[in-house]
Amino acid sequence: MWRDALLVAGKDLRVEARSRVTTNQVAPYALVVLLLFGFAFNQDRYVLTHVGPGLFWIAVLLCALLAVQRSFSLESADGARDGLRLSGLDGGGIFLGKAMAIAAQLAVLEVILALGVVVLFGTRMADPLLLVVTCALATAGLAAAGTVYGVMAAGLRVRETLLPLLLLPVLAPVLLGATQAWLAAIGLATGSGWRWLTLLAAFAAIYLTLGVLAFGTLLEEA
Amino acid sequence: MDPVIRLRSAVALVGRFPVLAGVDLDVSPAEIVLLQGANGAGKTSILRACAGLLRVVAGEAYVLGVDLTIDARAVRRRVGLLGHATALYDDLTVVDNVTFAVRASGADRAGVAPALAHLGLTGRLPQTRVAALSAGQRRRVALATLVARDPELWLLDEPHAGLDAEHRDLLDELILAAVGRGRTVVLASHERHRAHALAGRIVTVAGGATAPAVPATPGDTASAGSPVVADPEATSVA
Amino acid sequence: MTLSSRRSSTSSRATRIVGGFTLLGVVALLVLGLVVSPPDPIQGETVRLIYVHPASATMCYVGFGICALASIAYLWPRTRNMRWDRLAGASAEVGVAFCVACLVSGSIWGRYSWGVWWTWDARLTLTALLLVVFLGYLALRRTGGDPAGRAKRAAITALCCFIVVPIDHEATNWWVTLHQKDTLFRIGKAPLIQGWQLGTMLLSFVVFALLFTWMLLHRLSVEHMEARLEDEGYVWAVAERRAEGSAGDEAVLPAGGPRPGPVVTAVPAAGPPPLGTGTMSRTRREEGR
Repeated sequence: MWRDALLVAGKDLRVEARSRVTTNQVAPYALVVLLLFGFAFNQDRYVLTHVGPGLFWIAVLLCALLAVQRSFSLESADGARDGLRLSGLDGGGIFLGKAMAIAAQLAVLEVILALGVVVLFGTRMADPLLLVVTCALATAGLAAAGTVYGVMAAGLRVRETLLPLLLLPVLAPVLLGATQAWLAAIGLATGSGWRWLTLLAAFAAIYLTLGVLAFGTLLEEA
Repeated sequence: MDPVIRLRSAVALVGRFPVLAGVDLDVSPAEIVLLQGANGAGKTSILRACAGLLRVVAGEAYVLGVDLTIDARAVRRRVGLLGHATALYDDLTVVDNVTFAVRASGADRAGVAPALAHLGLTGRLPQTRVAALSAGQRRRVALATLVARDPELWLLDEPHAGLDAEHRDLLDELILAAVGRGRTVVLASHERHRAHALAGRIVTVAGGATAPAVPATPGDTASAGSPVVADPEATSVA
Repeated sequence: MTLSSRRSSTSSRATRIVGGFTLLGVVALLVLGLVVSPPDPIQGETVRLIYVHPASATMCYVGFGICALASIAYLWPRTRNMRWDRLAGASAEVGVAFCVACLVSGSIWGRYSWGVWWTWDARLTLTALLLVVFLGYLALRRTGGDPAGRAKRAAITALCCFIVVPIDHEATNWWVTLHQKDTLFRIGKAPLIQGWQLGTMLLSFVVFALLFTWMLLHRLSVEHMEARLEDEGYVWAVAERRAEGSAGDEAVLPAGGPRPGPVVTAVPAAGPPPLGTGTMSRTRREEGR
């Protein structure tokens, strides 16, 4: 399974390295979203500082949606999904591979977005360890859930419109947990930020398990 | 010897439409079988069912000893399907594509370079992105994948389409060489003369079922005079 | 297997009996709730929403719960049966209807009790989240395609939706307790009710449960008929497909009868075998009884 996972992740990342969709399209899009938040909140420094973490994670969620869509539109071109099915690769392996590739791209986007939030909104970066662990767990959860729902919608004619409806409500606890953890880190929320990490970890664990178990079946039915 | 393919009254659905409505087909090892029939007769669907891509929902279906009605996935690594779509990633280079497909199917990547050379994909072509290739070149890349994997059963859907005369000859050589190595080939083709010359047996497909074979007229096979054996058992239908 | 055995409406003896009791119950509830039971000294007339809101919330959770259980039953190989898929879809639909009723009644009540249409209360947030999640589930169910594949996809989705409910629950709870130091007035802390109010509220649970059952039975019946239509279409479609090949010289089409005509008898002698795994063989057996 791990061999298959690395093979698929390597393939997806190589496609990204050649096509540069994430770096040339999704990353600028993320920055546009941040700018729009600035316009919407009327450049109010106080508000922006306080909602910065939340806006950051909303932007990450939107980027994750795009990354998932991109990851599965790759496979829908020119019968590539049939190729993937024919290859006899392990379903769990394909899932982990695609999730790893999405997570790697999200990690890059998060760095860019974090810089954007700090520069544009003046959000503080306190307790870097907590922030890094939050990002790691949230990214794992986003990538895992995104991959599960991505393949679910992949074979459908209405996938572009259905995927956001299916995925975003499911990702709500990640948004909540990651935002609260960050707010706690910069002292804007009471209580320890670390308790939210158990939530993020549980979410990631559930979807990673589900994905490994169910991905093969979902790929068949897609 | 066990048949490579054994279908009995096989039914397969796409949505609610029965693309296969009772197919009977037997293919022995090292045989070349040509499926012929009009557009939409079900040739492609038979090939996809044999590759384990299209679920057989009723009837019997065994390919390489695997019962497709139970687990179609088990057969996939052992068959190769060359379809209308080439299943290539546009953003990857030729060599990346073939290497990924070969490694994914568990075959040895050492076969990649010879296969590319065999198909005339040399010079700058291996490092070219697939998106920049012509339709014929894409098919040659897909063929190179097949050659590099060298599966036990070759399922070829219109393999001659899009190829120039030189590469059509090359394809015929490849098929004959594969059969020489004990591989089995099932192909669907509208290239009557070329395919008839190649095939050891012709099965007519119509209406999602295998029909009684039409006796081959001299004109059909005049170009090669190849043996056209209509197997009454394999092609019988109610 | 005759045309007369096919019901042309979704009602059956069960739905008529349940429907009758539901109707009686609704009338009784209206009388008790609007006339007999007194207005609340503090909340006034809005207290009457207590005869709608808690019951619909309960039925909403019951619906989603049945959907999750039926999905597990469908995914479990030993109990795999399209009936579970139909039950999951029907109960999710009815659950969504009650969920909307619950949110709307809660919102109206909130407007008069708290002065706002919406508050970020934990339970409210969780219910709203569940509503959108299950709306997505229903949208996925309507995408069509191969019935078995669609059923499997839907069942996995339902499970995915349901398995994170504890996490959603914890998240909203923590979130709210971190945000709102002052706890707002909630149903759980409503003034102790008694007498007519208590009786009416208990009745509302019974009536809503009956209403739920009645709606579920009708929805199941619709799903069942749709499935049967597909199955009958299958036999016809196979015959029609084969006829494409024999183009005229041999009549393989079922003789006479508009689609979907008399089915089994009209299949050609060497026609396709019944579906081994789909819904059809089962449906036929049911009809044979």
